[in-house]
Amino acid sequence: MTQEGRAISAVPREVTRSAATERPERAFDELPRRTRALRPSRLWSIREEVPAAVRRTLIALGVVAPLLVWWALAASRTVDPVFLPAPLDVLRAGRELLASGQLGADALASLTRVAFGFGLAVAVSVPLGLLIGSFSAGEALLEPLLALLRYLPASAFIPLLLIWLGIGEPSKVGLLFIGTVFFNTLMTADVVRLVPRELIQVSYTLGATRHEVLRKVIFPHALPGMIDAMRVNAAAAWNFVVVAELVASTSGLGYRIVRAQRFLQTDQIFAVLVVIGLIGLAIDLGFRRLRNGVAGWAS
Amino acid sequence: MSVALQVRGLVKEFPGRRRGSVRVLDRLDFEVAASEFVCVVGVSGSGKSTLLSLVAGLLPLTAGRLELDGVPITGPGPDRGLVLQAPSLYPWRTVERNIAFGLELLGLSRAERRARVAWYLGVMGLEPLARSLPRQLSGGQRQRAAIARALACEPRLLLLDEPFGSLDVQTKEDMQVFLRTVWDRTRTTVIMVTHDVEEAVFLAQRVLVLASDPGRVAAEIPVHLPTDRTLEIKRDPRFLQLRSRVEDMVRAQHRNHLAATTATT
Repeated sequence: MTQEGRAISAVPREVTRSAATERPERAFDELPRRTRALRPSRLWSIREEVPAAVRRTLIALGVVAPLLVWWALAASRTVDPVFLPAPLDVLRAGRELLASGQLGADALASLTRVAFGFGLAVAVSVPLGLLIGSFSAGEALLEPLLALLRYLPASAFIPLLLIWLGIGEPSKVGLLFIGTVFFNTLMTADVVRLVPRELIQVSYTLGATRHEVLRKVIFPHALPGMIDAMRVNAAAAWNFVVVAELVASTSGLGYRIVRAQRFLQTDQIFAVLVVIGLIGLAIDLGFRRLRNGVAGWAS
Repeated sequence: MSVALQVRGLVKEFPGRRRGSVRVLDRLDFEVAASEFVCVVGVSGSGKSTLLSLVAGLLPLTAGRLELDGVPITGPGPDRGLVLQAPSLYPWRTVERNIAFGLELLGLSRAERRARVAWYLGVMGLEPLARSLPRQLSGGQRQRAAIARALACEPRLLLLDEPFGSLDVQTKEDMQVFLRTVWDRTRTTVIMVTHDVEEAVFLAQRVLVLASDPGRVAAEIPVHLPTDRTLEIKRDPRFLQLRSRVEDMVRAQHRNHLAATTATT
């Protein structure tokens, strides 16, 4: 008690003495100073919200302006319509494709291929990612090879796939698989590695076996990240399916583009491109909803 | 008083950065009686967290004996509950499902789980938060849920590794009073690691001071204070005297540790 009392009473004396009699010690020249404070900004404040009205206007501008430029370029006839068809022509071409049933059939064919190829990649990459992310042994065994294979361009496998699997469906599904499985495995492994070590250790002290830790701790913790990885790689799969259909194909959105090119129907190519973009967007939204649905705790 | 944990000649070495090994704990000897509340204090580098990991069975020991109720500790298990400073609740599980985790693993029926979880929710004052997710809780509430989850497995030993280390001062004091109450009610054997001497003296029946470089037991100080402790006791002269004594020891260890680490680098 007394010891503490002394320590406390000693403090103010020291402070008053240094403030009254001693100049602060100075070892350097005066520091140059910025005299102006940061000026407030409405549009350029980093990581700050802009007003809702401004935000809506910007969104509209970002979508409408490019469309207007496209329309103006086409209407002015400065560019040959074979190179750049007018927006309305594209819309008409799209409607015709839709009415003939070709567009629906092509979209369905492409989506089915993605479902099989990418589905297979997910089925393989999730267990592999769990293995690599959870066990050093798995990491040592698999990661070096996968990290290398990831850099081999999937499209370079097309000739090989045609030789191995023929020109039918298997070679297209195979391309989607090769194009996404390595990335999805390594990205899954990354989110699995993010599961805190403390969480795993505490689970052991609650009586969990390694198997239970994998199933009841690591998997649920990594699930939102795994769905995010799938969302990114589904976009890649959607790209690859069009590439796959450009070669030796009789259906699909990629095939439709090649066919339209043969007859210089650029309006059809544009219409198919728009559809590819819209379906891609829908896939993306679907994965977002899935993530919020099964893993709302992480958002 | 029966002995719960027996530590004899406990040595822990980690592999060195380049070669050889670094001795973190050097021939520790102590016992913890059943239903006892022991606090371990020491400066950083005294290996107090390592000690707790060894008792939890999360690390293999290098030499010596480590026995719980006469049985050597070889790995982690539900007889030694662990609560850490870092938040370690399952973020996708509600408070009640966090507490039920160990019970689910045991295959208890839903009714049995509900009854047990309800009891611990009551003891911990967590009933209104039973359906909340961990991210909706404050720091103190999270630690209470973590303690409830560990206690629900009815461990022989409750191991606490600086559980209140990241809480603000007021919450920390609330938690200290609360932990004493819970211990009074359940009489679970508790080993708590902390760097806060006041906390250790307030909570424990016995304080173990660890020396550093390498970690050894520097002193075992019994705390002869009333069992029904309130925060008032922190102003009691007996409390302050005891606290000063332990603090002086820890400070001396800290100076040694500084001298040792500056000498080697």
